[in-house]
Amino acid sequence: MNLFLLFLGAALVNNFVLSRFLGICPFLGVSKKVETSLGMGAAVTFVMGLASMISYIVYAYILKPLQIEYLYTVAFILVIASLVQFVEMVIQKMSPSLYSALGVYLPLITTNCAVLGVAILNMQKNYSLIESIVNGVGGAVGFTLVMVLFAGIRERIENNELLAAFKGLPIALLTAGFMAIAFAGFQNMI
Amino acid sequence: MNALKDRLKAGIILDNPIFSQVLGMCPTLAVTTSGTNAVGMGLATTSVLICSNLVISLLRKFIPSKIRIPAFIVIIASFVTMVDLLLQAYMTDLHAALGLFIPLIVVNCIILGRAEAYASKNKIIPSVFDAVGMGIGFTAALTIIGVIREILGTGELFGRAFLPAGYTPANIMILAPGAFFTLGLLMAALNAFKARKR
Repeated sequence: MNLFLLFLGAALVNNFVLSRFLGICPFLGVSKKVETSLGMGAAVTFVMGLASMISYIVYAYILKPLQIEYLYTVAFILVIASLVQFVEMVIQKMSPSLYSALGVYLPLITTNCAVLGVAILNMQKNYSLIESIVNGVGGAVGFTLVMVLFAGIRERIENNELLAAFKGLPIALLTAGFMAIAFAGFQNMI
Repeated sequence: MNALKDRLKAGIILDNPIFSQVLGMCPTLAVTTSGTNAVGMGLATTSVLICSNLVISLLRKFIPSKIRIPAFIVIIASFVTMVDLLLQAYMTDLHAALGLFIPLIVVNCIILGRAEAYASKNKIIPSVFDAVGMGIGFTAALTIIGVIREILGTGELFGRAFLPAGYTPANIMILAPGAFFTLGLLMAALNAFKARKR
């Protein structure tokens, strides 16, 4: 039950994009079409789950015994960068069709701050291995959900007439603001 | 000397990292709840940017181009760790307010972007000036957003009373939606200004 609440908390209540402001760059950058945002979401979910797991292991079994916890930033970013590279190679070999669908998004994930953010949050909150993975996957599911909703809204905005000054990013940011108000409604759920 | 002035001007106005390149959106939205936090975040990022541009420019002939990105990231992460520890030791309040976003300076696209686009190809002094310009541009943009949100959201300016006591603070401005609204409206205003100039 606690794990379920943790999952909901990460996905909806403290949504990574709309309330924690993590992963804004891909949220604004690759959300022009529903399909691409689904692809990005899937890739992020995969990497965030794995990154939560591996950074927990690195922290608990390498950094802590050696008493070099303060090096966590360097260690985690290296873990994530090599993980993304590794995942890219594995998917390329195992499933070329998945690779052609996700391929372009994978390198972008290294600089997605949601991935490094979740690894650091797990560490700061002293989550266990299972809790870390649930938090990572939950956060990524919330990211995907918000991104697909946002892409759907943006597709419709494209077809409407707008003041020239609001075209592109300004209207996207205002839309995200209204979505953040909607998601603030989840605040009292847990 | 003119070239150096150009670097500063590019960073602050022409290629402003936030308003014109739209980089580093996460800290821009997350830590601009007050003017003080915005200035703190801007200066922390600027100092990392200056140090990393300096070192990357120094090492640009030694780093093999195939592994340059991981090498840049390790250099940047080391400086971020230093800034993190320094802030924790000497500016505890600011460290607590910025929280998660200090280690996340590592993945701020502005820093890796300047390393890749400028410092890895240019000499040391222009690289440092490039970093200073970009850093000031980033700090200025953050401060503008932070001040607007703080005034409307709390009625204060840098922690002191600013608007008359009769003003009811619009709480939403310092919550998440206010960040999106402020940046969206500022960018629309900037677009309108540019269109009129043309």
